[in-house]
Amino acid sequence: MRQKILFIVPYALWIVLFVIAPLVLIFYQSFFDISGHFTLGNYADYLTSRVYLKMTLNSVWYAFLITLVTLLISYPTAYVLDRLPNKQFWLLLVILPTWINLLLKTYAFIGLFSRTGSINQFLRFVGLGSHQLLFTDASFMFVAAYIEIPFMVLPIFNSLAEISPSLINASKDLGASQWQTFRKVVLPLSMPGVKAGIQAVFIPSLSLFMITRLIGGNRVITLGTAIEEHFLTTQNWGMGSTIGMILIIAMFIVMFVTGETKQKGGSR
Amino acid sequence: MSKRHVTWSGLYLALVFVILYAPIIYLVVFSFSAGTTMERYHGFSLRHYADLFGDTRMITIVFNTIIIALLASLIATIIGTMGALAIKNTRGKWRNGLLSLNNVLMVSPDVIIGASFLIFFTMLGIRLGFVSVLLSHIAFCIPIVVLMVLPKINELSPTLVDAAYDLGATRWQALSQVVLPAITPGIGAGYFMALTYSLDDFAVTFFVTGNGFSTLSVEIYSRARQGINLEINALSAIMFLVSLLLVLGYYFISKHGGRRNRIVTVKEGDAQ
Amino acid sequence: MKKLFAVVCGIVALCAALALGSWALNHRQGGGSAKLLTIYNWGDYIDPALISKFERQTGYRVDYETFDSNESMLTKIRQGGTNYDLVVPSEYTVQRMKKEHLLAPLDHRRLTNFHYIAPEFRNQPFDRGNRYSVPYFWGTLGIIYNDQKVRAQDVQHWSQLWNPRLRNNLMLIDSARDVFAMALISQGQSVNTTSYAKLKQAQDHLKTLTPNVKAIVADEMKMYMEQDEAAVGVTYSGDAREMMSVNHHLHYVVPSEGSNIWFDNMVIPRAAKNKAAAYAFINFMLEPANAAQNAEYVGYATPNAAARRRLPKRITADQAFYPPAKTMRHLQVYRDLPLKTLGVYNDLFLEFKMFAK
Repeated sequence: MRQKILFIVPYALWIVLFVIAPLVLIFYQSFFDISGHFTLGNYADYLTSRVYLKMTLNSVWYAFLITLVTLLISYPTAYVLDRLPNKQFWLLLVILPTWINLLLKTYAFIGLFSRTGSINQFLRFVGLGSHQLLFTDASFMFVAAYIEIPFMVLPIFNSLAEISPSLINASKDLGASQWQTFRKVVLPLSMPGVKAGIQAVFIPSLSLFMITRLIGGNRVITLGTAIEEHFLTTQNWGMGSTIGMILIIAMFIVMFVTGETKQKGGSR
Repeated sequence: MSKRHVTWSGLYLALVFVILYAPIIYLVVFSFSAGTTMERYHGFSLRHYADLFGDTRMITIVFNTIIIALLASLIATIIGTMGALAIKNTRGKWRNGLLSLNNVLMVSPDVIIGASFLIFFTMLGIRLGFVSVLLSHIAFCIPIVVLMVLPKINELSPTLVDAAYDLGATRWQALSQVVLPAITPGIGAGYFMALTYSLDDFAVTFFVTGNGFSTLSVEIYSRARQGINLEINALSAIMFLVSLLLVLGYYFISKHGGRRNRIVTVKEGDAQ
Repeated sequence: MKKLFAVVCGIVALCAALALGSWALNHRQGGGSAKLLTIYNWGDYIDPALISKFERQTGYRVDYETFDSNESMLTKIRQGGTNYDLVVPSEYTVQRMKKEHLLAPLDHRRLTNFHYIAPEFRNQPFDRGNRYSVPYFWGTLGIIYNDQKVRAQDVQHWSQLWNPRLRNNLMLIDSARDVFAMALISQGQSVNTTSYAKLKQAQDHLKTLTPNVKAIVADEMKMYMEQDEAAVGVTYSGDAREMMSVNHHLHYVVPSEGSNIWFDNMVIPRAAKNKAAAYAFINFMLEPANAAQNAEYVGYATPNAAARRRLPKRITADQAFYPPAKTMRHLQVYRDLPLKTLGVYNDLFLEFKMFAK
């Protein structure tokens, strides 16, 4: 028993010092206006402002789309990877690009997507003419998904790798087609990985900010942008904290929703 | 029939890899440009590499960045794995609550985390610099480790652990001989994702750094106003090459040591 | 388990090796904090050769830290934790820092090289008598355009940006003050107005600009303009210079009816540990040869009269970067506004951005 307690100590310490303490601080700050007076005005402002509500919907919508695109790209990738010899090596090759600085990669994307950039040169060469690629929802989503792919591939890959080949063979022996095997055996067994992937992608996507400006040209505005601005430009930490609280509450809701289904599926 | 299936999936994978590596190849190509910016290629030159090797400040920053990333990820992986094991033992509301707390740092925008850590460290009187940056990186790397390790632990069959106890294993033995080997892939995944978080972080590091300590991201972002120098491209090219070599090295080691590995897996399989 | 342990040991050993390497690289003579000067500046905003020269000449050791915006720098200074000896904020931040008592007053007897600063750049409204700050670089807000896409006479004034022919071809800088400055000047107002009515009017005017706005970006505008992504952009002179050196079809105009003029300045924070070193550094940077070398490296306009004379003619004769006196008279400096007003600027700007979509 003592060992069990020892086990949780560092993690619990982390939760208290680096999660609860900042959380309390943010919560506390969200009740102060710009001149340091106690107020509930920040929440009132948020709830009554059309700008913020629209922004919230925007954030959720884009986070949803980004998660979906990432999932659609990542699941087949993880599936194919899992079938390769030396799959750990290939998996490392998926993670490797994330070690190059994000800002640099984004600048590279600007170079690739611009009117005179490589992709348009290629399109012209093929005879498709040049297109406006930057500042479109498509390019924004593409780059956002690009950043998130490894975070989705990894958990899915891990849960796929765990599926015992004998299960798949058994399903085949029982006369199931490849598609049936996939749907009835592989997909349900890989769900924990998919869920972990969604959590690792959806939640951070809610507060994206840098690429909304660099690739989206501020045509997509998320709550992350607003928080950034309140904390730095306006120095209105109260309002920034308020929006931060909203994000955290949204995350709690997401967690409880996905958590419940997990219990249903996992109850033995 | 099945051969054609293989080529299709191979093609898909190739496409994904092309996309993943396209921007990096772009960066590397421009690191050899004789020009000064990433817009127009001006012919081959190694001048940016020469600049880089003459820039001790930059090399120091790179060393700092790698030390922080490796160490923070390591400690975060240890704490995170312990946390995941602890979460495993909780049920229902507690579990959801713990998991939500775990994810708070993932959902909070970096500015908020950075600013609150800054307030926190100055309140405690911790000198800003290596230690504060290391602590912060450990802090925001832990949640991703937990998220990566937890599914592995959930898959772990309880009968396996019980069997170990039945065979007279102590708690420590059960952990080190049964649980840890089974969740190692998750731990590895957590470590690599933690590395990613740490290497890429700008906002949090910016707020908690000080006394001459700096990391690569902070340096790159603060150069944006002046236009990012191609020296940074050269640096990224080298870092990329080194990590690629490490991965290839890992590949060859695991290929040559393959036979021994296989025996280990068979043994593990027997135990199951 | 053994394998995991081996990996852990490997990582720790690698870290130790790297730490040793970084220590060896920085193992310079003379440690001790009396000889240490900590500078806080924008990234890549000084010729590194000058830092080495300063270290050689004076024996001080320089720690050079960087920031990416005035606001994030201010947050750090306010919170303490690091004692910077010399910081380079923009003028409105100087004013803010002054108000919050974060700056140490300058002792002009120790600023032996201050007389090199041109008279027109001394004694600015944000710091009368230069009690706290010494200008480092200055510049303007203006219009950058691509001569392949628009004619020069079509982009000489702010109001011309509303021309429907520029539809979806204009890039704005992502900064509330600068975008409002453009709108306010085009309506004949001050860039420092605190009147809500006037700001609301400016915002309404801005909303009619949205069909022309292609994107609202920051530093990356350089890359976009260089790559012909848009015909016209509103940006700072320093960025413009950089763009023009890459793409020769780009030109920069400061509208003659007025614009913003900005200054980056050297200041000494109140909490500085080594003021003597900070004074030595300011004097060193004011040395005409050094200031000229720095201006050539960074590419911004120098307020140092003696240094300006040393710069090549092709730089100083360029009216876009050293505007004629007639235009200079109409340039306005940003005043540090009350936080509440600043909040109004930002809220209105945020609404405009949401509207732009």
